[in-house]
Formats: sequence, structure tokens, C-alpha cells
Amino acid sequence: MASRYSIFSLLRESLRGHRGWTPAWRDPEPRPAYDFIVVGGGGHGLATAYYLAKNHGARNVAVLEKGYIGGGNVGRNTTIIRSNYLMPGNIPFYEHSLKLWEGLEQDINYNAMISQRGVLNLFHNDSQRDQCVRRGNAMHLHGVDGELLNREQVRKLLPMADFDNARFPIMGGLMQRRGGTVRHDAVAWGFARAADSLGVDIIQNCEVIGIRQDDNGVMGVETTRGFIASRRIGMACAGNTSRVASLAGLRLPIESHLLQAFVSEGLKPLVPCVITFGAGHFYISQSDKGGLVFGGSIDMYNSYAQRGNLPVVEEVCEEGVALFPCLSRVRMLRSWGGIMDMSMDGSPIIDRTAVDGLYLNAGWCYGGFKATPASGWCFAHLLATDQPHDVARAYRLDRFATGRLIDENGSGAHPNRH
Amino acid sequence: MRIPCPHCGPRTHEEFTYYGDATVRRPSSSSPDAVAAFYDYVYTRDNPFGLHRELWFHQGGCHEWLVVERDTRNHAIKGAVPARDVFKAGESK
Ligand SMILES: Cc1cc2nc3c(=O)[nH]c(=O)nc-3n(C[C@H](O)[C@H](O)[C@H](O)COP(=O)(O)OP(=O)(O)OC[C@H]3O[C@@H](n4cnc5c(N)ncnc54)[C@H](O)[C@@H]3O)c2cc1C
Ligand SMILES: [Zn+2]
Repeated sequence: MASRYSIFSLLRESLRGHRGWTPAWRDPEPRPAYDFIVVGGGGHGLATAYYLAKNHGARNVAVLEKGYIGGGNVGRNTTIIRSNYLMPGNIPFYEHSLKLWEGLEQDINYNAMISQRGVLNLFHNDSQRDQCVRRGNAMHLHGVDGELLNREQVRKLLPMADFDNARFPIMGGLMQRRGGTVRHDAVAWGFARAADSLGVDIIQNCEVIGIRQDDNGVMGVETTRGFIASRRIGMACAGNTSRVASLAGLRLPIESHLLQAFVSEGLKPLVPCVITFGAGHFYISQSDKGGLVFGGSIDMYNSYAQRGNLPVVEEVCEEGVALFPCLSRVRMLRSWGGIMDMSMDGSPIIDRTAVDGLYLNAGWCYGGFKATPASGWCFAHLLATDQPHDVARAYRLDRFATGRLIDENGSGAHPNRH
Repeated sequence: MRIPCPHCGPRTHEEFTYYGDATVRRPSSSSPDAVAAFYDYVYTRDNPFGLHRELWFHQGGCHEWLVVERDTRNHAIKGAVPARDVFKAGESK
């Protein structure tokens, strides 16, 4: 079992050449059967396993990951966390998540570099301002912090922004100061280490290729490392959700789409918080190493390829320069893509399925990183008790059939427009 | 990505607008299972890992709706035909 990380263990190891560190989690062989299996070793799967062990006392849990943990979206996102939503089904869930982030590092004894530097949504015309006021009010009604900043307050924060843009002048912004960024890989590693220390088996290079059922529901999974039995199986496969669910004959309200992200060369402190540009779709923050981390819209067409096309690169960079003209000569170092499970209303699903004992955690679109702790918390609750957690009650799979959609953008059943 | 438009030749996909899965068909509202059929039509998708038939509109060109066959694993495009030919033929998949 891993020893506790602390300033003392760090000092001790610095004095002896860092030779005493042990692997942060074991590399076990799969057992023939588990009480619970979580398919997918991304942030959500690992958090689910951790809370199954911690909150529900489960001691016989496996996470099955087809590649290595952290190789999916949990290690590919732009690391933004926030709870500045509008819809009643969403705000309590994302606020629960933000509260869990606030205590997470102490809880899992891992430095995830959680930084509540603030998230600022800029607005550029009267109707966008009205929308921000409305969303801010909805947040206040749920006890969530939000502050409307005027043009001069924004100018103080972002002196380098283009305030004189003739078409899209900056009129102000909605600020959530408790929002911010987190070191994404550390979330995967920290949850893995914490789950492992409670006895969870994290099994990498183990792809689920079949789901076996009998009259009582799900029996177990066929994997590239053999059959593993379990009567409670949770799928947390993000961009590959449709493929894995189809192994159990399920057809879902989900499409897989591609989102790119970008990092610039390191710069001195320039961008003090997370900023979103209201005139297009562009968001930016600055990492602790100084690189600007930014992104924009998805590539718009169905894709399982983890790399995007150039027009989006151009579009994102144009938007960045429109907002901050001083970026025009900054060099971009890296870009990459991830595959997201875009749902038909832009909101997630945490629910049972038509197959007894088989549970679904999906539809995170490009906002699922901030949801990681609460998603794990609520999915563990569902797996352990067969009942939805209070703050995830709205994330039903049948809401598309019953019309109880949670469509933040009001853009209809077009996954690429959410 | 370049889409081979049957009228305009190979053109960059920026000239096109994506609509999505071209295999779903609007069910009849008078059929007895219309509610379930409409749920499937509006919301559920095969979301294939591999060849996908999808609708693209050549907005920056001839204004034709096309059915494009594209591999979602690597974005390779197999072909594009006018959507009206596909829909007229009553072909469903
Ligand atoms: C470029 C980009 C930027 C983003 N920015 C943000 C952001 O700023 N803020 C935010 O909140 N969200 C953001 N997101 C979204 C967020 O990253 C995802 O919603 C979230 O990470 C998905 O959950 P996960 O971590 O469990 O996914 P993943 O890490 O993708 O985990 C799923 C795992 O399932 C595994 N798997 C799949 N099929 C199988 C199988 N058959 N057998 C076994 N294992 C399997 C995969 O290998 C993968 O490791 C972004 C996403 C991308 C791509
Ligand atoms: Zn054309």
C-alpha cells in the first residue's frame, strides 16, 4: 500500500536521492470475479471506483482500461472547472462537483494543482448581457457564487484585450471566482492511487470486447485478458460509449465527436483566470509553466480519430487574436484531439439501462472534466444502491423519450451544436 | 478533408455544412408505434466506428445536399452522391 505523501516524505526522499518512492498503484492480474466492474479508466471510471470503496465500503472492485489510465479525455482536456450553469437539473450537480474539488487534494492525498483562479465569460452585446444576468441569477438561487463585472472591471483584469473591436466590443463579463483549473493527469493518477490503496484493482491493457448476459441480467465481460464475472457493471467509456454499449445491444442518444486543444510556448503571466470569448467559441487560460492553454468548437462531424482538421486550428487562433491582438506572434507548440460522447441535449446520463445490473455514465460532451468527482460520487451511489443520487436525478436515459431534456443551449437534437 | 462533390469536384470541407447521420428516416406519424419510432428517429444513432453515411450541404458551392460515405476512424472519404438520388431510390441504408 502506498505511503502518505507529505512535506516530510518529500524531504526524506530528497535527502536520499529519491530512491525510496514506490509505484503509486499496483498492477494486479484480473481476478475471475468482482462485486463491481467499472469499464473505462478515465477520470470518471477511477473516481467511481474510489467512491465505491470509500463511500460504500466496496472491497472487491475492478477498473478495466483498454489502454493506460489517463490516455483518454481525462488527459486531453483544457482542465477548466466551474459550476456556472443555467438549468435546474445541472446546477446542483456541478456545484456538488466544485465542492468536491475544493476538498479533493486532502481527501485523496494528491497534489492536483487545483487553482480557483476564476472563470470569466465575456459578453459583447445587450442580449448576451441579459443572458449572463439570467444565468448569474439562476446560480444565486442555487447558492452558487457569480458576479457581474462591468467593462472597467474587466479592463483592469485584462488590459491586453481588444476593447475597441467595432463588431464585438467587450461590455463586461460574468465571473465565477470559485471556478478555475486543475492539473488533469494528476486527477487520473490521484484517484487511481487512492482507489488502489482501498483495494481497487486497476487493470490496464484490458479491453472489454463483449458483455455476457443471462435471464437475470448482466453476468460479466469478455476482455482481451479473458472473461471476468460481475453482476454490477458500470460503463464510463466517454467517446467510446456507443461501441461498448452496443456490446449489450443498446443504441444510445449519443454521437462521438472530436475536440482539439492547443498549447503555446511559455510566457510571463498574462492571462489571470479562465476567459471565454462570447463573440465566437474560444476559451483560454495559462498553465503554471506559462503556456497558454486554449480551445474552441468541436470539429462538427462524427469522428473516432483522435486528431482534428486544420480549419478549426485556424478558426481558434483567429478568435484568440481577435480577443487578444498581442497573441498574434506567439508560437503554438502543440495541439491534439480527443473523442467526446456528445449527447442529444448536451447534458450527461447517469442511469440504469435496459439490462439489469448494467449502468451507464455518458454524454459528457466537452464539459465532463469538471464533473469528474461528482460523476464518480453519483455513479458509485447508483451502482451500490441501484438508486439515483439526489443531485444526478435529472440525468435519466429516458428523458429523451419523455421530453424532460436538459438543453442548456436550446439547440435541439443536434449533438454537434451543443 | 476534401469532399468530392459530384458537381464541383473535390472541395475542402470548409465549404460544406454538416448535418449528420443520413440513414435515419422520418417514420409515419400514423403508425401504431409512432412514439417509439419518433424517439429513435430524433435521438438514437448507430454512431459507427468505421463507415458512416452522412449529410453535407455544399453551402459554398452548388447548394446540393450530398450523402457522403466517410470512415470515422481516419476521416477517409469513400464517395459522395446527391442526396436526392439516395432518397428517391427509397434506399434506407
Ligand atoms: C480537447 C478537450 C478539451 C476538453 N476541455 C474540457 C474542459 O476544459 N473542462 C471540462 O470540464 N471538460 C473538458 N473536456 C471534456 C472531458 O475531458 C471529458 O468529458 C471527460 O474527461 C470524460 O470522462 P473520462 O475522464 O472518464 O474520459 P476518458 O479519460 O476518455 O476515459 C474513458 C476511458 O474508457 C476507456 N475505454 C473505452 N472503451 C473501452 C473498452 N472497450 N474497454 C476498456 N476501456 C475502454 C478509454 O480508453 C478511456 O481511457 C475536454 C475534452 C477534450 C477532448
Ligand atoms: Zn458542389
